[in-house]
Amino acid sequence: MRLIYKILQISNKQIDTINMATDIIIHDKKDNVGVVVIEKITPKQDCACWIMEDDSSTKIQSLDEIPLGHKIAMIDLNEGDTILKYGHDIGKVVKSIKKGEHVHVHNVKTKKW
Amino acid sequence: MFTMLKQRSGSNMEIPKSFLGYKRENGRAGTRNHVIILPVDDISNACAEAVANNIKGTFAIPHAYGRLQFGADLELFFDTMIGTGKNPNVAAVIVIGIEPKWTKRIVDAIATTGKPVEGFSIEGSGDIKTTMKASQKAQEFSQWASEKQREECPLSDLWISVKCGESDTTSGMAANPAVGNLMDKLEPLGVHLCFGETSELTGAEKVCATRGATPEASKKFMKTWSDYNDFILKEATDDLSESQPTAGNIAGGLTTIEEKAFGNFQKIGSRKFIDVLTPAEEPKKGPGLYFMDTSSAAGECLTLQAAAGFNIHLFPTGQGNIIGNAIEPVVKLTGNPSTAANMKEHIDLDVSKILSREMNLSEAGDELIKTTLRVANGRLTCAEALGHKEFVMTKLYRSA
Repeated sequence: MRLIYKILQISNKQIDTINMATDIIIHDKKDNVGVVVIEKITPKQDCACWIMEDDSSTKIQSLDEIPLGHKIAMIDLNEGDTILKYGHDIGKVVKSIKKGEHVHVHNVKTKKW
Repeated sequence: MFTMLKQRSGSNMEIPKSFLGYKRENGRAGTRNHVIILPVDDISNACAEAVANNIKGTFAIPHAYGRLQFGADLELFFDTMIGTGKNPNVAAVIVIGIEPKWTKRIVDAIATTGKPVEGFSIEGSGDIKTTMKASQKAQEFSQWASEKQREECPLSDLWISVKCGESDTTSGMAANPAVGNLMDKLEPLGVHLCFGETSELTGAEKVCATRGATPEASKKFMKTWSDYNDFILKEATDDLSESQPTAGNIAGGLTTIEEKAFGNFQKIGSRKFIDVLTPAEEPKKGPGLYFMDTSSAAGECLTLQAAAGFNIHLFPTGQGNIIGNAIEPVVKLTGNPSTAANMKEHIDLDVSKILSREMNLSEAGDELIKTTLRVANGRLTCAEALGHKEFVMTKLYRSA
């Protein structure tokens, strides 16, 4: 198959894009969380991530089960750290979070109130 | 497989420079050619609907207000009624009110556009005689308007308003950024753009303020938002932390009010707004993006944007809001594959392929531009085909 692609002058990056379904979407390169876009991801799953801003790819291994539409930590986060999504501050960490863990109301709060 | 590749590379679409619209007397262009029967007040709805029933090619826009309003609330009522009549999607207007004075104020203001408009008041003659007189005029207007032809209009004649509703996590990931991508591509071509929803920007207000094109625009935005926030703090029984985000939002994965607001904010792409409009205020600073102080209730927001002169609306939805508008065609798009499948009759464009990376944002923006232009050229939206004609007055406070 790769030979056929090579003949058609399709780059390896494009082949990866074609062959790999997206599990997680990251809006902005600065974001420290991604959003699950499949029904759910399970612990120890190797997930394919798409960074929308520059149409690039990355990977992460999950630690938790995380449902569709919910967030995963892309790096280790400490209490007091700021969560960035869309490249913007969407709240503060109130309980430390490991890379690959579920990020939601149990460990993140608004800075508004 | 090869088709998919072709689609992925097809993001450099050449944007058409024109659309087919109805040229109006004042130089604006409409995407529709409505002849409307506009009741001034609640008690004139029956007469207006009788006229619309008599004369084909017309429709009435009934509403619940127009009596004993006063002060700023009354002025907003007039701005909404007059702006609706002046909108370029409207070819001609019959105005029917109980009293001659308010009826005349609306007629005279609509007449400044140069379009045919005539007013009738019911007091002293009753519904039946008024219906007869107004029907004769409505027939004349309807037949006159039916001869109008669509002509080539520059793309800059498009005034595009946006508002999202029934949002979920897919809104921030797909449908809203697709609208933002359209804005990024169309603003340089001289279109007018408008977003609103003062309340739904709470949490992103400081970042939104930095998107003012001038310090004045930023300052005006912060003042508008602060006034709204003061009103909420005065009326609310708590700090909204229990209601924003909603339980449904949280179940769907939204954690904080900031996250919800930034999802909403994706609709303006990387644009900056040049001015802040009061509800129903017509933009006066030329082409570009405007912010309008509106409720986040879809019916109210769209009615105000249409009254400001916007002639086509883009409405991203997650769970499936079904809103339409009396005079402005409403194009609906969703990034939620279930909504696209289960509420097919309401969705003009499905961008859910973004989530599976079969479509990138630029491609989604291109598809949205194509759909918008088809609708501008005359294709009925889902909401129009289903008969949605929502028209909802924004009330600032109770009547006297």
